[in-house]
Amino acid sequence: MPEQETHCLDVLVVGAGGAGLRAAIEARTEGARTGIVCKSLLGKAHTVMAEGGIAASMGNVYPQDSWQVHFRDTMRGGKLVNHWRMAQIHAQEAPARVQELEEWGALFDRTADGRILQRDFGGHRYARLAHVGDRTGLEMIRTLQHRAVALDIEVFMECTVLALLLDGGHVAGAVGYWRDSGRFVTFRAKAVVLATGGIGRAYRVTSNSWEYSGDGHALALWAGAELIDMEFVQFHPTAMVWPPSVRGILVTEGVRGDGGVLLNREGRRFMFDYIPPALAAETADTEEEADRWYLDRAGARRTPDLLPRDEVARAINSEIKAGRGSPHGGVFLDIASRHDAAYIRRRLPSMYQQFKELADVDITAGPMEVGPTCHYVMGGVRVDPDTAATTVPGLYAAGEVAGGMHGANRLGGNSLGDLLVFGRRAGLAAAAHAAGLATLPALDQAQVGAATGAALAPFERAGGETPYGIHRHLQETMQALVGIVRTREELCRALEEIAALSQRAAKVAVAGNRRYNPGWHLALDLGPLLVVSQCVATAALERRESRGGHTRDDYPLADPDWGRVNLVVRRHEGGLWLRSEPLPEVPSELRQLLEESR
Amino acid sequence: MTHDEQGAPGTIAPAEQCVTMRLWRGDPGGGRLLDYRVSTGEGEVVLDVIHRVQADLAPDLAVRWNCKAGKCGSCSAEVNGRPRLLCMTRMSLFPPGSAITVTPLRTFPIIKDLVTDVSFNFEMARRVPPLAPRPREADGTYRMYQADIVRGQEFHRCIECFLCQDVCHVLRDHQDHKADFAGPRLFIRYADLEMHPLDAADRRPLLAEQMGLSLCNITKCCTEVCPEGIRITDNAIIPLKERVVDAYFDPVAWLGRKVLRRRGPRAPSREDAGPGGRPPVGGPGPAP
Repeated sequence: MPEQETHCLDVLVVGAGGAGLRAAIEARTEGARTGIVCKSLLGKAHTVMAEGGIAASMGNVYPQDSWQVHFRDTMRGGKLVNHWRMAQIHAQEAPARVQELEEWGALFDRTADGRILQRDFGGHRYARLAHVGDRTGLEMIRTLQHRAVALDIEVFMECTVLALLLDGGHVAGAVGYWRDSGRFVTFRAKAVVLATGGIGRAYRVTSNSWEYSGDGHALALWAGAELIDMEFVQFHPTAMVWPPSVRGILVTEGVRGDGGVLLNREGRRFMFDYIPPALAAETADTEEEADRWYLDRAGARRTPDLLPRDEVARAINSEIKAGRGSPHGGVFLDIASRHDAAYIRRRLPSMYQQFKELADVDITAGPMEVGPTCHYVMGGVRVDPDTAATTVPGLYAAGEVAGGMHGANRLGGNSLGDLLVFGRRAGLAAAAHAAGLATLPALDQAQVGAATGAALAPFERAGGETPYGIHRHLQETMQALVGIVRTREELCRALEEIAALSQRAAKVAVAGNRRYNPGWHLALDLGPLLVVSQCVATAALERRESRGGHTRDDYPLADPDWGRVNLVVRRHEGGLWLRSEPLPEVPSELRQLLEESR
Repeated sequence: MTHDEQGAPGTIAPAEQCVTMRLWRGDPGGGRLLDYRVSTGEGEVVLDVIHRVQADLAPDLAVRWNCKAGKCGSCSAEVNGRPRLLCMTRMSLFPPGSAITVTPLRTFPIIKDLVTDVSFNFEMARRVPPLAPRPREADGTYRMYQADIVRGQEFHRCIECFLCQDVCHVLRDHQDHKADFAGPRLFIRYADLEMHPLDAADRRPLLAEQMGLSLCNITKCCTEVCPEGIRITDNAIIPLKERVVDAYFDPVAWLGRKVLRRRGPRAPSREDAGPGGRPPVGGPGPAP
């Protein structure tokens, strides 16, 4: 075998978005020899697309904010099936993580007295998102990228991990391929941190880039780790719907945070018709009160335009289905009639540019057309809240690939905080774990050979179909049958389709050679995409209620019994094994916070 | 299923909705332009059509992309000879019936097809001395005023598409300068650090002696292609050149600038607006 490129590390981080970079920075700072492997060029990971901001209760705009309120908002947004300890750690540590970014060069928008400005977002009681206009993710990833470079962390760019390597039950590294040359590379490591993001590329209408193929979810599952909450997929309520080629591109919640309102074809602010009973006490029920809330937090309740994302996405879906949608199958989002043009261009420069250049729409002059898009998976690898350790020794997971923090629905702004808080903790724990091992775990060449052999198989098949059609079929299946609203019949059909597609994927063929070959890359991505799709559909079929990012037309209400359990998936004898587990018990002092009505 | 020859049939669509994409195919050993005839839809961008070529005609066609919304800077290439982001270039820009030629960035070595080796930029980034922040305030925070960071925020809009590096004459026409010339993207980064309200380091000797700042002859080609509208020449390169001149001929002026800036919270100042640059405008206030 001529291909023997091998790198030896203490900590290998898979993924160079916010969580991966933050994990690597921490591991390196702890003295671990750290490498990051990423599928794209450094700085292009999906974090760059985050728009609105980082939720952190710094209290710069509303001094009465605190971690306790943030914790409560996060749990209630997650319909109380979050892991309470993750929500607590996140709320407590996010402010320090934001301030640290400043020390590394980030330039957040400022308050008049020179502190970090914070903006309103859905489900957050106070304005608490630290932001840079509507391009906060770019600021965050660039800041972390510069920091990682300053610490001289090794970065293996445009390299895709095919499989994790194990030594007995312990993680021993990973095997991957260079996208440019197609050659294989082996990473031996004492600890591996998965920070691969989400699964959005399984859906047709998605805000996610091609990288989001569920790699980390699949790698963990294949290595024996458990996944949790996979039925909960977030559909962001507002994405572009026209022209067709941009359908799914995100429109930040910051538009509504800054005063934008949702309107149906009749010009009605329809969100007032969709206030759920559980949030009625804290939501304005007249337009006058909703508008007053932007200026007067104490005397008015929040606008229903800023209800949690699951509520808004379902409401938009219902309006469109009832025939009250916009001409291109969305609803209207209007900020033009609420603020002057200069304000809009300053606060939402990226949205202004995106609509002007891609849709010929001037958002300072007229409304946008928007509709839901697949945006985020709440489910992920099951981790220990304090250390981000998975159930496989030496394997850690942080960011979107990890589950538990967001429960059934993630609040906007809580993702960037999640990446920083748990990225750091994963890096810390992985470095400590590596320091405790005297030698590298053993390398099993048979595992390397199995992974590389499987990867090359598509070149040896003659006459098979290309991966593009299979991928498109999968996206259409997930969109139609495992989307915002689900039924038993459709989910069963989805599982049959996924099984059939898996058969087809096993026979996929690729043309050309191994040099930068996107057809081959997609053929290899089909493996993770199919298995995570199966996990989502399987868990969605099992949960017979509606909650957060999981709506069942045949079980339209939340069921208190289902509200007491998480669904856990693991691999078992070549198939999936699903079980429900009681939620971890919330300590009484935190339970009190959750029970407060406002 | 590949149709790598000229005039190969594309997907079935009415002729008026078809377009000829003339794409450079090849590797470091050489290549050529090949025509692909494919359908187009309403509102599409060049990247959409290239993806259709990939899915229907040339599954191994190499192209970089990520966000498809002009935010990540991955899909840089030259369209009809002009450096552009493929995801932000509307098909409606071109007259119907004309072939659209897409070639890789000319300044960087070819990997394959439309993908080039841009590692030069990442190597240069490793040579930038990082931010050296002053200590925090007593309350553990940093105070900075919006007026003092407006220019820095302009530089931070850079999406690292490297179109500025691609068109820079020093890099494009003199490949031998790559060892001693950082290029516009990196000059933005240096300017960001030099003007950063928290920074206490001095990178001017490095800029003058190793990063080739003086080689830039201010033709503003970089500014013209920047998809983010960053005024690279006026707001970054010229002020850097002035600072370097200050350091070598007027150290007192430089010292004054650094020391004044380091005095804790203060009223907004406008000193960082470079010549030709707009004065900073007020930043966003609290919620409306």
